[in-house]
Amino acid sequence: MAVPEFLQTAELLKQGAEARVYRAEFLGKPAIVKERFPKRYRHPTLDEKLTHRRTTQEVRSILRCRRAGICAPVVYFVDYTSHCIFLEEIIGSSTVRDHIASAQQSDSGTEQKLQQLAERVGQILARMHDEDVIHGDLTTSNMLLRHSQKDGEPELVLIDFGLSYISALPEDKGVDLYVLEKAFLSTHPNTEALFEKLLKSYAASSKKSSAVIKKLDEVRLRGRKRSMVG
Amino acid sequence: MTVVIGFEGSANKIGIGIIRDGEVLSNPRRTYITPPGQGFMPSDTARHHRAVILTVLKEALEQAGLKPADIDCVAYTKGPGMGAPLVTVALVARTVAQLWGKPLLGVNHCIGHIEMGRLITKANNPTVLYVSGGNTQVIAYSERRYRIFGETIDIAVGNCLDRFARVIKISNDPSPGYNIEQMAKKGSQYVELPYTVKGMDVSFSGILSYIEEAANKMLSSGQCTAEDLCFSLQETVFSMLVEITERAMAHCGSQEVLIVGGVGCNLRLQEMMGVMCQERGAKLFATDERFCIDNGAMIAQAGWEMFRSGQVTELEDSWITQRYRTDEVEVTWRD
Repeated sequence: MAVPEFLQTAELLKQGAEARVYRAEFLGKPAIVKERFPKRYRHPTLDEKLTHRRTTQEVRSILRCRRAGICAPVVYFVDYTSHCIFLEEIIGSSTVRDHIASAQQSDSGTEQKLQQLAERVGQILARMHDEDVIHGDLTTSNMLLRHSQKDGEPELVLIDFGLSYISALPEDKGVDLYVLEKAFLSTHPNTEALFEKLLKSYAASSKKSSAVIKKLDEVRLRGRKRSMVG
Repeated sequence: MTVVIGFEGSANKIGIGIIRDGEVLSNPRRTYITPPGQGFMPSDTARHHRAVILTVLKEALEQAGLKPADIDCVAYTKGPGMGAPLVTVALVARTVAQLWGKPLLGVNHCIGHIEMGRLITKANNPTVLYVSGGNTQVIAYSERRYRIFGETIDIAVGNCLDRFARVIKISNDPSPGYNIEQMAKKGSQYVELPYTVKGMDVSFSGILSYIEEAANKMLSSGQCTAEDLCFSLQETVFSMLVEITERAMAHCGSQEVLIVGGVGCNLRLQEMMGVMCQERGAKLFATDERFCIDNGAMIAQAGWEMFRSGQVTELEDSWITQRYRTDEVEVTWRD
């Protein structure tokens, strides 16, 4: 069966800015299908190039992360004609975004838990950057917490590598953190201290963090103090 | 009835507009145009503004059929912008406010664009794409601020277009962007250029360096025409802008887009944004060059909103600033 026909029977979960996301069963396993449909506002050549590049990069980065022991969905199948990626469905998970939002509402005893989570995120991102994977779209919606059957700590799973690429440059890693910082602080008000915790843990976990943090400071300055004429 | 006069001169345009309760009574403007291959320098631009500002002021009052006594408030651009032109215009605004005995109001230039766009298009609560020679921002309103969700991490899109125009010596009359747009219509070959989107942010400096380096080589070897380059540049940078706007809309759950700023009157950008909106079932709002490009009425309109919500700027606080972010302003006139 061709992929487009297969998708007609799948359940459409949402249409994001980048792709349509379906839930389906793939060889008996619960799967998520990410379909990058053509964007008609773009020049067809540009659209084809971007779509193909992003599909390839997404799969490549996921594999690289998984090889380094960072949790990311298993890639089951890729179809480069219809630009579809078949991924493992992360069962029993919630986004870090929802987790922080609900923790902020309940008052007692969550402070320490959130700090632990921030530290955990910092560690994982440090490990990802040490593998030279730049996520490109870090937000708290693109991080999942998988609650395992045992009582242990939930696992942090990174998803949505659509804008990711491979780079060893501190500049690229710094911008990656800058994107997260902006998304983090605009989505979760009054979490400056929490994000500071995340960065501290990142700095402590990565071998190459000092150059990255220095770049982050530079990029922040570019954003805030850029002269704006016109 | 409230009548506000607005003075704008943060870049190479000098404009004075008069607004009476949402009605544009007059909006004359002059542009300082430099020869091909050259940008506008602050001191020369200020000299140009000084030379014409009183003529433009007279025109604004005559076209509106008003006397100074009919004006309720004098608004001027406080920033952001180029220092020397800003000082020139603020000085005149300050002087007439004292001569006429009217209150003064310093306005954020970016807020002027947004409020003018809302007035003209009647867009209620849009995601705003603000694109000009000095700014590239995706903005949405929440809790008394226009919040910046995405922006350029280096140069503005208009700056990228202007500087490309200088490289291949495109005329600055009426504006480099307009001439690129006309030439792009005749281009057909798509030349691949760097494409840089980072989350909801964009970067244009890489594209500019690439095309600065490659343009003359490609043109002299006959690989492509100047029209092809204009076409490819527009297709690339506008795709990036539409993409981050769509990302911000998905993030905020918004179904309206408003394009403002000088680059916003480019019809190809409007067309691409329209296609994106159609696919999402969203609505596009845009204006033409009279209100997209810097003008006095936009400062008057933002000033009108601020004045009505009880704000005034005391004489000793009527300074200007080159750096003034959109999200620094508390929006006292919206819920």
